[in-house]
Amino acid sequence: MDLRFGDSKPTDDERAAVDALLGPPESSWEGADRSDADLRWARGGRAARDRRDLLLPGLHAINDRVGWISEGALDYLCRRLTVPPAEAYGVATFYAMFSVRPRPATVLQVCTDLACSAAGADGLCAAAGSRLGPGSGVTVERSPCLGLCERAPAALAVRAGDPVRTAVAAPATAESAVLAASAPDSAPEEPPVARAVPQAGQEGLVLLKRVGVVDPSSLDDYRAQGGYTALRRAFALGPAGVIREVTDSGLVGRGGAAFPTGRKWQATAAQPDHPHYLVCNADESEPGTFKDRVLMEGDPYALVEAMTIAAYATGAHRGYLYLRGEYPRALRRMRHAVEQARARGLLGDDVLGQGYAFDIEIRRGAGAYICGEETALFNSIEGYRGEPRSKPPFPVEKGLFGRPTVENNVETLVNVLPILTMGAPAYAAIGTERSTGPKLFCVSGSVARPGIYELPFGATLGELLELAGVRPGLRAVLLGGAAGGFVRPDERDLPLTFEGTREAGTTLGSGVVMAFDDTVPLPRLLLRIAEFFRDESCGQCVPCRVGTVRQEEALHRIADRTGAAAADDIALLREVGRAMRDASICGLGQTAWNAVESAIDRLGAYE
Amino acid sequence: MTVTPLGIPRRLLEFTIDGEEARVPEGSTILDACRAAGKDIPTLCEGDTLRPKNACRVCVVEVEGARTLVPACSRRAEPGMVVRTDTERARHSRKIVLELLASSVDLSTTPLVAEWLKEYEAKPDRFGPDAARLNEEPKIDNDLYVRDYDKCILCYKCVDACGDQWQNSFAISVTGRGFDARIAVEHDAPLTDSACVYCGNCIEVCPTGALSFKSEFDRREAGNWDETSQTRTTTVCAYCGVGCNLTLHVQDNEIVKVTSPHDNPVTHGNLCIKGRFGYQHVQNRG
Repeated sequence: MDLRFGDSKPTDDERAAVDALLGPPESSWEGADRSDADLRWARGGRAARDRRDLLLPGLHAINDRVGWISEGALDYLCRRLTVPPAEAYGVATFYAMFSVRPRPATVLQVCTDLACSAAGADGLCAAAGSRLGPGSGVTVERSPCLGLCERAPAALAVRAGDPVRTAVAAPATAESAVLAASAPDSAPEEPPVARAVPQAGQEGLVLLKRVGVVDPSSLDDYRAQGGYTALRRAFALGPAGVIREVTDSGLVGRGGAAFPTGRKWQATAAQPDHPHYLVCNADESEPGTFKDRVLMEGDPYALVEAMTIAAYATGAHRGYLYLRGEYPRALRRMRHAVEQARARGLLGDDVLGQGYAFDIEIRRGAGAYICGEETALFNSIEGYRGEPRSKPPFPVEKGLFGRPTVENNVETLVNVLPILTMGAPAYAAIGTERSTGPKLFCVSGSVARPGIYELPFGATLGELLELAGVRPGLRAVLLGGAAGGFVRPDERDLPLTFEGTREAGTTLGSGVVMAFDDTVPLPRLLLRIAEFFRDESCGQCVPCRVGTVRQEEALHRIADRTGAAAADDIALLREVGRAMRDASICGLGQTAWNAVESAIDRLGAYE
Repeated sequence: MTVTPLGIPRRLLEFTIDGEEARVPEGSTILDACRAAGKDIPTLCEGDTLRPKNACRVCVVEVEGARTLVPACSRRAEPGMVVRTDTERARHSRKIVLELLASSVDLSTTPLVAEWLKEYEAKPDRFGPDAARLNEEPKIDNDLYVRDYDKCILCYKCVDACGDQWQNSFAISVTGRGFDARIAVEHDAPLTDSACVYCGNCIEVCPTGALSFKSEFDRREAGNWDETSQTRTTTVCAYCGVGCNLTLHVQDNEIVKVTSPHDNPVTHGNLCIKGRFGYQHVQNRG
């Protein structure tokens, strides 16, 4: 490719950060000083361009080291990977965690999303901002949900350097947030993950049985507690047998779309095109969702084992774990688990001595809700802007790198372990007929014991809220996160199943159950949700790009109005919402109006 | 002798559009079939020389069994499919899309949009006087063409034409996200500091006039751009042996713009800087 590069040069730090990821450049064609040999030998073509998927890790490397991405650094990375600088700039400006303008080395992200704002995030943000003014070396940013809702309000500090340092303050006070930002190394450790699981250690748990019990860093402890029995059973059954078990179990995707997992696996396994890929979607960004974080932090080897089984069943030899960029502890634990599994022959060329090769590569997201959409996630891994692709073709046919790909959410994959250890019939006996198995619920907001709860499908909303110790004065419950819908406090009999919520005209989504009491004005919640979608729209299609802006504008206008004074704008919202739902490319635009609509119709907001 | 490549024969498949039987070759899109059947579906981001991007969503139609509307420009026809192009649901989405665009973008030079706004009874003003607009100033950083991104609907066609679909220069990309997304070169630099080779193939595919010849832009500013008085003459480029077709747009005995026929089997409407912009010597009457 005949690319044009500018004259900007990287600093030594930037060059070192890129070289640490890619190794030193081999010739001037990829950024080294020019030698005579280079003039006789052109390197380019497909081989040079084949590493485009390292663009996002490269941008991370620069941002982690320096805190922002300069012209010289971007140009150098582009030379190394034979990527057009304009395209790389388009990618770098797509993600919220990157900056292409100079900024201080430390960024303090203060979550101002639903659960945190109900817990006083605005005050926290203002207090942290006033203490960390210009000259403090810290930028304070308002952030969408950080997935720490059980410890709201939350703040995440990231200090660029070698190595990059992170610190989490949650529940955060102005003091603890400022401490995390100004001295991430001496900030107190995060509380153990068991604190996010009120049921930890209880009998009868299936998905959470090891969380808070097992040592998340010890492979031996994992094996001692039943780890890797499911993989052995998978090898005994063979790929077709595993798919049969998963199909018979009735498992459906837990990410929100509820697609039958067995059918997805079967469709991928049957594709003649090779190689097949496995992608685990751990880009958990739905406001209010933190179950995947808790699973990865509390029981990381379970995900490694489950990914191995999924890959074995679908004929994949390479798996990608796309992990949310704002989850530093989950990243550390998963990295450690993958390394340990590799060292012990549980990943690699010969898994468990069965002659089956499989390995996992961890890719970090960089702050984009849209990358949780399956095809946007492929584009993100491949080094393109995280924009959804149009379907068909579906991922099982043309997914990552244009190959057949099975993509599953963390919770979905972890469910495969009990399916294989207890057998499909026993698993299917849990829950209801059409929603089988156990389900994780992310409970937060106005409850005494927020956290992840495991209940069999079919438990009612009231039972779950009781369990979490719902506080008096309940005004509304948000199911499924920003893309979900509100229900009334008197709908406690609502069965928490896919079919039950659908019949009631709402959704289970990713399992978010967020309780709001009457101290939080509903219009302000709706505005925050609208702001979230406006911020996170990728901008590809018109209904979502402009529709989310118009939705936010209308909600601003009626923030203090009710009845007839709001009627015109509500009618406008309905019209725009309907077009977003009908005509947007992907689920983001299609669901951007759900929560607002449910608040108007079910809760009577603005009446 | 002209040899017209026929390609491998394609099977015909049958499906229904608005209750009528349609037969189209396998691989055709719903839009192809609609056009063959003489149905008018508005399109903005669809380009006859580019792969469908289906970003604008103005061509959506209803397909039986589909949860959402589908873009006619990119969805391939399937046997037995039941398509309805003119339902209230499809018309509603088209209307809203037109309103959303017209309320945020300057569509004054987008052909046909005024008619569509009328046909769909779109009222862009109803979002109020404070509705956010792009508010971009024209970027005039070279003598050949102007980028007026206040008129940009983000159809991706210029990016695709500059990238791997035609020119392979990769000078521009979509940058930013959401409503703040814009077409730009790296670091938002002027075009003269970019990989642009001034082939003008992005102007050729731009559906809104956001990209235009400097000569056209200047005349529009001065108020003497008059398409009705222009003649179009298709000729052969004299610069090299490829023999690309040029269509010279002439107003007041002066070449004001150069395009190229999209149905040319060799160039598909693409030119190089010489064919596109190298016409001044023709009118050098010194």
